[in-house]
Amino acid sequence: MDFAYAPAPESRDVVDIRPSYGLFVDGAFTDGHGEPFKTIDPATEEPLAEIASADASDVDRAVAAARAAQEKVWGPMPGRERAKYLFRIARLVQERSRELAVLESIDNGKPIRESRDVDLPLVAAHFFYYAGWADKLEYAGLGPAPRPLGVAAQIIPWNFPLLMLAWKIAPALAGGNTVVLKPAETTPLTALAFADLCRQAELPPGVVNIVTGAGETGALLAAHPGVDKVAFTGSTAVGRSIARTLAGTGRRLTLELGGKAANIVFDDAALDQAVEGVVNGIFFNQGHVCCAGSRLLVQETVADEFLERLRARVSTLRVGDPLDKNTDVGAINSAAQLARIRELADAGEAEGARRWSPACELPSRGFWFAPTIFTGVAQSHRVAREEIFGPVLSVLTFRTPAEAVEKANNTPYGLSAGVWSEKGSRTLWVAQRLRAGVVWANTFNKFDPASPFGGYKESGYGREGGRHGLEAYLHV
Amino acid sequence: MSRLDVRKTYKLYIGGAFPRSESGRAYPVTDAKGRFLAHAARASRKDVRDAVVAARKAFGGWSGRTPYNRGQILYRIAEMLEGRRAQFVAELRDAGLGKDAAGAEVDAAVDRLVWYAGWADKLAAVGGSANPVSGPFFNFSTPEPTGVVGVVAPDSPLLGLVSVVAPVIVSGNTAVVLASEPAPLPAITFAEVLATSDLPGGVVNLLTGRRAELAPWLASHGDVDALDLAGVAADAVTALEEAAADTLKRVFAPTGDDWADEPGTARMTAFLEVKTVWHSVGV
Repeated sequence: MDFAYAPAPESRDVVDIRPSYGLFVDGAFTDGHGEPFKTIDPATEEPLAEIASADASDVDRAVAAARAAQEKVWGPMPGRERAKYLFRIARLVQERSRELAVLESIDNGKPIRESRDVDLPLVAAHFFYYAGWADKLEYAGLGPAPRPLGVAAQIIPWNFPLLMLAWKIAPALAGGNTVVLKPAETTPLTALAFADLCRQAELPPGVVNIVTGAGETGALLAAHPGVDKVAFTGSTAVGRSIARTLAGTGRRLTLELGGKAANIVFDDAALDQAVEGVVNGIFFNQGHVCCAGSRLLVQETVADEFLERLRARVSTLRVGDPLDKNTDVGAINSAAQLARIRELADAGEAEGARRWSPACELPSRGFWFAPTIFTGVAQSHRVAREEIFGPVLSVLTFRTPAEAVEKANNTPYGLSAGVWSEKGSRTLWVAQRLRAGVVWANTFNKFDPASPFGGYKESGYGREGGRHGLEAYLHV
Repeated sequence: MSRLDVRKTYKLYIGGAFPRSESGRAYPVTDAKGRFLAHAARASRKDVRDAVVAARKAFGGWSGRTPYNRGQILYRIAEMLEGRRAQFVAELRDAGLGKDAAGAEVDAAVDRLVWYAGWADKLAAVGGSANPVSGPFFNFSTPEPTGVVGVVAPDSPLLGLVSVVAPVIVSGNTAVVLASEPAPLPAITFAEVLATSDLPGGVVNLLTGRRAELAPWLASHGDVDALDLAGVAADAVTALEEAAADTLKRVFAPTGDDWADEPGTARMTAFLEVKTVWHSVGV
């Protein structure tokens, strides 16, 4: 039998991309007053649509709409009614999941297998989960009479556009807040499709407002005196500047920022499982994952064998068309991100680490970066210290559990970590000592609406998901 | 002829020891009527940094203690404070409180320590969770201490101080505390209580001096994880929060507390991180 590769492209017919999109404010699509911009398909560099850009007056309008809706409609509404709107949204996401998955892959470049099997099911699950909290807030153990904060400004990144939207909007709405959300400049389409979905759900106007634009629009929104809370997911540099902007204002802030997670493989780990976990940890979503396992710490006694198996497995990854159902690694989201990955990978070589990539043919158009592994990495190398946000793994070794913990924690970040061992007591010993908000043991990059997510140290503060995620949107 | 009393030299409390300020500076402290009481050390930037080093060094051991043990030590602090009741009443009266008010403040401070002592082994149950994720995983979240917390103590010289120190250390954090500037003496006497309560050196480090001079160094220090700005004047909060933003410190801003009120849990949870562990389930 011949198991040679044959493409299995997902149909684009399920999406209908309009030539241009406005802002979604107070329940209607309206023009923006900034300079419109184009969103492109990173796999082909073809323009997809022209997107309105919100200026200060548009942000004002969106915040005013959110305020009015919060005070007159959404805040006073009984929790059980808010819950039903959120359940409706969850159902609509499920009904439109194929369309939204394809749209996400086209605009973001991520493999359809991931948008279809990971992003969209989690989006629906998140709304479903928080829908159930909307009428039970006083039972969340946060305080006897939790109250909404008011209007939340939410700024999300391009790596999981619709999933990050769900993480932000679902708990905010469940708590009785209204939102003004700004999707990333390079991936606005699914947020705008979500706006349409809000209309289908007959969500009252002004409860969800979507303003598109670049960093300036985000800065205007974060600094707006009419919002009560800012939630940001993105780079640590921007997170710092938002924290500075909000200094002294008393406005609430949660930040989910960068990471440089260690994935620790002990010599007693189930090696093939660990190989899968390490591959998933860094090559999932092209490594555009804040919690990516970008530093492999492998115990010296098994390092050679592990790396051999890892290289063999990485050699089977299929890089290419995001809409091909066979694809494992899709397109890099933007030219700017590709340049950043290249710059850091080049620095890795220049600083003396050994670079390896499997032989793989990359498409001639679009933004691509082959899966890359650096060995001989020192903790001082930039590829071991800086967040690359791409499919680049840095390999370090250790001898003792204490050394593994020491190296894993040797970073200003503290978002996530992984531990691979068949010995439960050792796994828990290590998990206790890792200064990271999420620790995956014998798994990696798992997400669930019931599971709190967020960082220690310079990976930000606040949690999203679970009971803890509600606290970010309530006075308790 | 009456006997001349032996006065105490008030020094800093860093890493379990009582050094003078490395700067050699001190400032006179007077009672409510303006009479000279003693000199307090006027700590420098270097003292702040030394205190942060001591706090960081103590963090691993203190956060690694069992919650039961931390609770016992907080209770021990209450016992030691109770035993020195008369001394604190006298110092609080020097600081301007009436006799009854001073007694009530010491009582409330002791009771507050007892209240917090009981939290040590309950925080994880109240603040944590087992999470029902959709997959073959055991998933649980537990609160953990944030790390080194910089505390600008309020001017309530004993009750305020205890009310900001206890919630920081009960969960395993270590603290660098800037004491009340006008009434620093009870803070240093409280350090003597801490030093005799089985509290490991470095868990609480107390500095006296000019808060406006010292607080910015604490706010910008790269090895301080969080700040409690309880004793900061309203017009100084913004600059400190801006300085704290560069290292993404967790900041607990002043809320106009009445220290006699029930404290609630906000000061404890402000200095906790939630860690979520996923473990695969299978045979």
